[in-house]
Amino acid sequence: MPTVRIPTVLRRHTDGASRLEAEGGTVREVFGALIEAHPGLDGSLLDGDRVPGFINVYVDDEDVRYLDGLDTVVPAGAEISIMPAVAGGA
Amino acid sequence: MRFGDVSQAVGRTPLIGLPRLSPDGYEVLLKLDGANPTGSVKDRVAAYLIREAERSGALTPGRRILEPTSGNTGIALAAICRVRGYPLTCVMPENTSEERRQALTMFGAEIVLSPATEGSNGSVRVAREMATADPGWFLPFQYGNPANPLAHYETTAPEIIADVPDVAAFVGGLGTGGTVTGVGKRLKRWNPDVKVYAAEPEYGDLVYGLRNLDEGYVPEVLDLTVLDGRIKVDSLKALEMTRRLAEVEGVFAGVSTGASLAVAIRVCQRLPRGAKVVAFSPDGGWKYLSTGAYAPGDLEEIAARISGTLWA
Repeated sequence: MPTVRIPTVLRRHTDGASRLEAEGGTVREVFGALIEAHPGLDGSLLDGDRVPGFINVYVDDEDVRYLDGLDTVVPAGAEISIMPAVAGGA
Repeated sequence: MRFGDVSQAVGRTPLIGLPRLSPDGYEVLLKLDGANPTGSVKDRVAAYLIREAERSGALTPGRRILEPTSGNTGIALAAICRVRGYPLTCVMPENTSEERRQALTMFGAEIVLSPATEGSNGSVRVAREMATADPGWFLPFQYGNPANPLAHYETTAPEIIADVPDVAAFVGGLGTGGTVTGVGKRLKRWNPDVKVYAAEPEYGDLVYGLRNLDEGYVPEVLDLTVLDGRIKVDSLKALEMTRRLAEVEGVFAGVSTGASLAVAIRVCQRLPRGAKVVAFSPDGGWKYLSTGAYAPGDLEEIAARISGTLWA
């Protein structure tokens, strides 16, 4: 089952969990399963049919915006990371 | 090469091959922007920020300048401001390394610290608040100023094209997004088939400890449409590659370089055999020595210990 890394800011919706497992073959399916288990995540993970602008979602380190978005295939042992968008050092 | 003064010695940095690190059948090259006068790519950006502001009339003689920075842009601006007579104040996360504070202070800049827990978002926030409260400040604002990517469009990218006309891909780190945006646009104008990848540092949990997702920030200068991929690199992978670069190729670079190089090597397999990939090195390793990034010891332990300060 894929693992999902939850950023600090969303852990209040996951009883403090920083890593969760959720079923699904695509990012959309995994997020659906996550929201079903933790309804508080609804609205943070999805903006209509897209990834919201202020978070970045990675499957095995690749930003899904440059793959197939929410339809990106998630292999069985994959790690999905959700990260808030932040300014980088400069 | 001889120059009239230091400001003219910005750019035209070396592009070196990495024959021992390149995957079989590919050529990974590294653009060494640590070879700029104050030791980083930001000499290019600072020169453009000041030049464009003077040209537009926004920056008048003696005006006080304020800028959010984790170090490199501040140091580059400080050198220019010293010579041109602008007092400079830098807003920096409080967890930035001692070397950076000393360099800024030596150049006569003032430092205002922002909370470590907010990362660079915090420096941006504090600088904006200060500039709103006191209109006397001039805020070049590298995160939102088109002069930043323009510096790369007009200088960095043409240098790469001159050295590697058949470049197939470019990899740069994400800070403001100025490098990948400016270089990427110019390379794609040169050859629409060039791929542009961003290496995104994975900061420690500390930096992602926003109170709300609304506090997230995408720098205005970052044009996400230029990218063909964005790949995150954690502290351990970046440190490993930075050290391999020193051990195998004899190049002592900052940790962002390791991140971009890791991505450059990763993307080779999606390019045709024989492809040339240019990775970007924004600076050398010198001003990060005090972080412990290069100290002896177990790398996993070091990465875990310093992940909160590594990218600051």
